[in-house]
Amino acid sequence: MGEVSRSGRQGVTVPAARAMSDPGVTGRFGTYGGRYVPESLVPACHEIEAAFREAWSDPEFRSRLDTLLTVYAGRPTPLTPAWRLSHELGVTLFLKREDLTHTGSHKINNVIGQALLAHRMGKERLLAETGAGQHGVATATAAALLGLKATVFMGERDIERQELNVLRMNVLGAEVVPVTTGSRTLKDACNEAMRHWVSSADTSYYCIGSVMGPHPYPWMVREFQRVIGEEARAQCAAELPVGVPDYVVACVGGGSNAAGTFAGFVDTTARLIGVEAEGGAAATFGKAGVLHGFRSLVLQDENGQVREAHSVAAGLDYPGIGPEHAHLRDRGRARYETVNDEEVIQALLCLARTEGILAALESSHAVAWVIRAAKSGEIAPGSTVMLTLSGRGDKDIASIKELL
Amino acid sequence: MTQSLEEFLTARRGTGRPLLVPYVTAGVTPGWTDVVHAYADAGADAVELGFPFSDPMLDGVTIQEASDRAIAAGTTVKGILEKVAALEADVPLIAMTYSNLVVQQSTAEFCARLTASGLRGLIVPDSPLEEVGELADAAAAEGLDLVLLAAPSSSRARLREITERSRGFVYALTRMGTTGECGEIPEQAARLGRELKGLTDRPVLFGFGVSNPAQAAELAGHADGVVVASALMRKLLDGAPPRELGEYVASIRRALDQGAR
Repeated sequence: MGEVSRSGRQGVTVPAARAMSDPGVTGRFGTYGGRYVPESLVPACHEIEAAFREAWSDPEFRSRLDTLLTVYAGRPTPLTPAWRLSHELGVTLFLKREDLTHTGSHKINNVIGQALLAHRMGKERLLAETGAGQHGVATATAAALLGLKATVFMGERDIERQELNVLRMNVLGAEVVPVTTGSRTLKDACNEAMRHWVSSADTSYYCIGSVMGPHPYPWMVREFQRVIGEEARAQCAAELPVGVPDYVVACVGGGSNAAGTFAGFVDTTARLIGVEAEGGAAATFGKAGVLHGFRSLVLQDENGQVREAHSVAAGLDYPGIGPEHAHLRDRGRARYETVNDEEVIQALLCLARTEGILAALESSHAVAWVIRAAKSGEIAPGSTVMLTLSGRGDKDIASIKELL
Repeated sequence: MTQSLEEFLTARRGTGRPLLVPYVTAGVTPGWTDVVHAYADAGADAVELGFPFSDPMLDGVTIQEASDRAIAAGTTVKGILEKVAALEADVPLIAMTYSNLVVQQSTAEFCARLTASGLRGLIVPDSPLEEVGELADAAAAEGLDLVLLAAPSSSRARLREITERSRGFVYALTRMGTTGECGEIPEQAARLGRELKGLTDRPVLFGFGVSNPAQAAELAGHADGVVVASALMRKLLDGAPPRELGEYVASIRRALDQGAR
């Protein structure tokens, strides 16, 4: 079983070899995960799982992916010391700069991996859902890179909020399909993408943007995002006297940048903190349920109807959370905190003015928690904090203007 | 002791009659229970009741709209079950809903509540073979027939397992896609029907895209009958009263019976 590490504020012991590993054929993380899809989609899920297992153990696939992540996406991303903000907060804060990747967010890591897989499987088209538009733009980009077609489903309300990203997708040659059902946001875009996938699974590949959906997606997306955590781990080892930070922090919507980040530190003593938007905090306010093909914590009313999530950050407007996060929470290996919109805006401004970095509203959630926790003393003075800055804030300029 | 859904349908089939199961979303209109009676009077062999869910992954626009309308009207599982208990329908009632509603309490409790209200079957489209174990056990313990879906994409091995584990009937999907009306019956439907009939004696019913009496009759020729949902719900959403829906079901009944001759 390998060594056992003690970590988390509750001091729960987690067998290191098992934490954040292969969930096996059932795709279960504890009681979460699974494959709750119609029979018509089960063969497609099996096909993708088999293809991913084969590709992931194929050195040629790995090498092709590594090459694209390096020469195309701009990896490795730097670990930037936040000098002035650290001084202000009395902690040592490092930022893992996913905002510096091509297309401006960590989404590209996953999308290049899945697009390569789709290409390998002989699929012609990528289907994707998108909230803020970052995953849609990343999918459109990867499709263009590999000569695939792309269809992106996006809630009508998000299309209004993220006009610029819609334009970017169009320029990249993707078709953007407005979703007019339900709350007309990310969760409805997921439903619509799945419906489309049922009727086109033979030629289309559903490129899910976060650690959600039916098995193998939560696991596969985490593996494609693991590069964030592994790079950061090595960078911390080189930078820090003790080699491992005291805190590892990332924002959580579905939770892909957090999953990739945590994967690099789960077997260390670092405390793992996922930060959710107050109005979309499934790990904090959710109840176990089944949505979009997996069992996890879901925001829902007392009758089992899924609630709409609300956040200033469209990318965190998701009423569920990746199943592995629900499991890490239950095990006490990761902790999930919430911040409100006002704290997020202030954090965005603070980081911009102290470090000259305009972070995405999503990523600013993680910054907001660090600021709050450092000021309240919850993060002890002198602690080291590694924060994944998942994306850049250029896309949010219009929203920021309205909020100021 | 009431007959199980499967016993009832098998007996009906035994008379040489193609089976007809029309659908209505519970709570879609205040008078939805009248629709159930109208279906039964028009020659339905069972009625499928949709328990509305906010995120119906396998439903097309028509049933999404019906679900949204029912939820907006305050429809809950508890409310539906109270009405069902008072319904006194002449044919078996089958619940259709998504996993999230089933797991609200325990699956055992959900199944117990359904049977206590008189429902005899349950369909949960987002619970495939891999995930259905606990629910299947709970349903079996309550004498509730859990109907499984078979798809054109299912392998022969999966179809074998589906036919073995399904109860009540086997729900064969005419095509790869969501619920909703369609122009033509795809060829894969006939193939799936033949394959399923070769694997099981349980009734096999086609659903998804059964849009009119002629299609119903054509599909019934490849299996034991049909489920008709969106075509009826479209009419209901457009304002058709229960009587008119009953007349439409009667026209499908006639087409089925003529086709069987």
